[in-house]
Amino acid sequence: MNMEGSNKKLKNEFNKLDNCQANDSNFQPGSDYKQLIKDIKKFTTLIQEKKVEDELFKTVYNIAHPRFVKELWDTDGDNVSELSLNSDTSADEAYWKDLEQKMDAFLKNKKINKEEKTDLKTSKDSKPEVPNKPWVEKYRPKTVDDVVEQTEIVSVLKQVLGGADLPHFLFYGPPGTGKTSTILAAARELFGNAFRDRILELNASDDRGIQVIRDKVKNFAQLTASSVRPDGSPCPPYKIVILDEADSMTGAAQAALRRTMEKETKTTRFCLICNYVSSIIEPLTSRCMKFRFKPLGTYVIKSRLEMICKEEGVNCDMNAISKIVDISEGDLRQAITVLQSCARLKGGDKITEDDIVEISNLVPEGLVFDLVESCKENVYEKIQLRVTKIIYEAYPLSQIVTQIHKYITSSNSLTDVQKAKISEYIAECSSRLQRGASEYTQLLHLCCSMGNILQEES
Amino acid sequence: MSLYVDKYRPTSLQKLDYHLAQAQHLKNLVNQGDFPHLLFFGPPGSGKKTRIMALLRELYGPGVERLRMEQLNFTTPSNKKLDIMTVASNYHIEVNPSDAGIYDRVVVMDLIKNAAQTHQLDSSGQRDFKVIVLTEVDRLTKDAQHALRRTMEKYIATCRLILCANSISQVIPAIKSRCLAMRVPAPSIEQIKTILQQVSKKEGLNLPPELADRIAVKSDRNLRRAILMLETCKVQQYPFTPDQEVMEPDWLMFLRDTCKQILSEQSPKKLIDIRNRFYELLVHGIPTDIIFKVMLDELVKSCDSNLKAKVVDLAALYEYQMHQGSKVIFHIEAFVANFMSLYLNYLEESVMLE
Repeated sequence: MNMEGSNKKLKNEFNKLDNCQANDSNFQPGSDYKQLIKDIKKFTTLIQEKKVEDELFKTVYNIAHPRFVKELWDTDGDNVSELSLNSDTSADEAYWKDLEQKMDAFLKNKKINKEEKTDLKTSKDSKPEVPNKPWVEKYRPKTVDDVVEQTEIVSVLKQVLGGADLPHFLFYGPPGTGKTSTILAAARELFGNAFRDRILELNASDDRGIQVIRDKVKNFAQLTASSVRPDGSPCPPYKIVILDEADSMTGAAQAALRRTMEKETKTTRFCLICNYVSSIIEPLTSRCMKFRFKPLGTYVIKSRLEMICKEEGVNCDMNAISKIVDISEGDLRQAITVLQSCARLKGGDKITEDDIVEISNLVPEGLVFDLVESCKENVYEKIQLRVTKIIYEAYPLSQIVTQIHKYITSSNSLTDVQKAKISEYIAECSSRLQRGASEYTQLLHLCCSMGNILQEES
Repeated sequence: MSLYVDKYRPTSLQKLDYHLAQAQHLKNLVNQGDFPHLLFFGPPGSGKKTRIMALLRELYGPGVERLRMEQLNFTTPSNKKLDIMTVASNYHIEVNPSDAGIYDRVVVMDLIKNAAQTHQLDSSGQRDFKVIVLTEVDRLTKDAQHALRRTMEKYIATCRLILCANSISQVIPAIKSRCLAMRVPAPSIEQIKTILQQVSKKEGLNLPPELADRIAVKSDRNLRRAILMLETCKVQQYPFTPDQEVMEPDWLMFLRDTCKQILSEQSPKKLIDIRNRFYELLVHGIPTDIIFKVMLDELVKSCDSNLKAKVVDLAALYEYQMHQGSKVIFHIEAFVANFMSLYLNYLEESVMLE
């Protein structure tokens, strides 16, 4: 890399940037221009030491407004060309000294804008965001307003944010509907920066026996919370205990919670989150305000996915998005996870419907159709051939069983009795598989029984 | 001298012979510098391990191939000492936790904790996470799988798990949803044939296409078995002749012979004879689900379609019960006894009809 080349490249870069920011007429340069000059100096020496250019350009963007540097550059156009011919460092220093003087003169005419100065500083300090955060975390709603579809709970939480008292909550509903997100967003809005100290989040993967409830939760609940934040602004005087996946808590642990919940109302609010409300004991449900989270509508999921695609620069087919929405069945978390996995696996390529089917481990519809058709013929050898093929292709059997069930129940050519009988076998097969029976034998059994039923009645 | 299987194992993602689209996907994944936990699943001999090693090589460079064996000690809560063999390089560690039997939970927890609590020291030019490869995840107890789910989330910053399983029916949904699942289908007969030809070309052997064909069919679409068969054939007779016999594993022949005996005579006396044969198989460590599969396939050959369905029903029932119980021999024997009675009835009926 020679000096001339790098200078030209640098200048080009500035030109480009200048075009982008030509409309930015309000710009005024920072006051600490001397620092700036020093930085630029450092920058040029870096060039001379043949460091990576891109790195340097990045530094310069942080140091100064490009338009400013451009102006500076233009006034010294002659010197630059001279400099580029002459690689002697003493000449270089002379040039920069000269430049510094001119800068002084140039800046005297300008007003110093303090705000601009702080702006410059923050741009220098800001660190790049962690690039590999899961999108599920990245696009979690930050405020209660961002929560989609769950209107009742949002309106209640808004009242709480407006100063009303917070009751104990019990959120239930299928996975991926925003239960945890909602309460976290609410807590963040209520407590601001103190949010980490004010909540205790326990989920099923934490040890959560009766002992933990007695010690950890009680201790946390007994500490009083002040009604001001560390920075002095007001804040509600209570803490929140979030018990995620509460349905996997033991009955004894739930029972231990009863009195604690009542006794500590002064300082602590509880939020229980679960999939099935029936597995929470009655005394707890009666102490909480219950909200059901319904599965998200297809439109909502679709618009979210499109938004993420746009933000992340993912090239995704419209059909592919519809397919994701289809398989997610109202579970936004799953939809986003599938999208991210696809994007990662495909690199920069376009994501198509087939990729989605492959990655989400769906079984191609044709395969299920063929299997059921060969069952209808009820020829053992044919069925056996198909089953072997499926096992070789390593399709997850639990998925196949689910899809067979879907196919059977939505079929028009079967009678209700047939459907019921087949469903019974499907249930048996699925339960056996889960308990560790071998795939080949069980699938063969299911198909043979299906064959018999289909032949008997038709 | 190493076996062909190890000698010609592809070492990098570029050199893989089939599932090329998937290889490209894996490459994309590595190029982004970071990946989620992975779960590879597919039938035996389909190349799961090969893909995992190639992925690790792509990730860390040739250093992953410098392997060493390590004996790790674990202590269960009941103070029982366990020794587990692990295979490790500087970047990854590979364990088969199901070696520990019912104590696999302790192994999983301790291992991941140990590996995850040590940070990579010189992070320059290296990944800042280690990889833990767990094989035979489908044989982990439910308890261990639940423990895994907690540890997986906790230590995501310092380690990634690559899980390897034959089928994912036995893997709990919580783990499946936390991993990116990669399906590795068995290679097709055609693919196996081309690979056999490639291997023999590299060895300087002349492999007649007919023989390759028969090896591929007999290999059960298991590439490892196919290449081993090729090597056995070479040991038996070289130069190859197209009509050369392809040796099958002797346990398979033994099992087929057993099935023939079952079909030849159905009596309590025979049942006792056969019990000894099953003991023989079990002593040699033949997996029970394979015994059931081969028996089923052999026995239904001489049944009519009505009986076939019944036999399958029986096999499914006893195979399932076998997994519930702890002594496998009862269930295999129960299946055989039931089959015998069914088959005897069937024979008598057909005699009556005539």
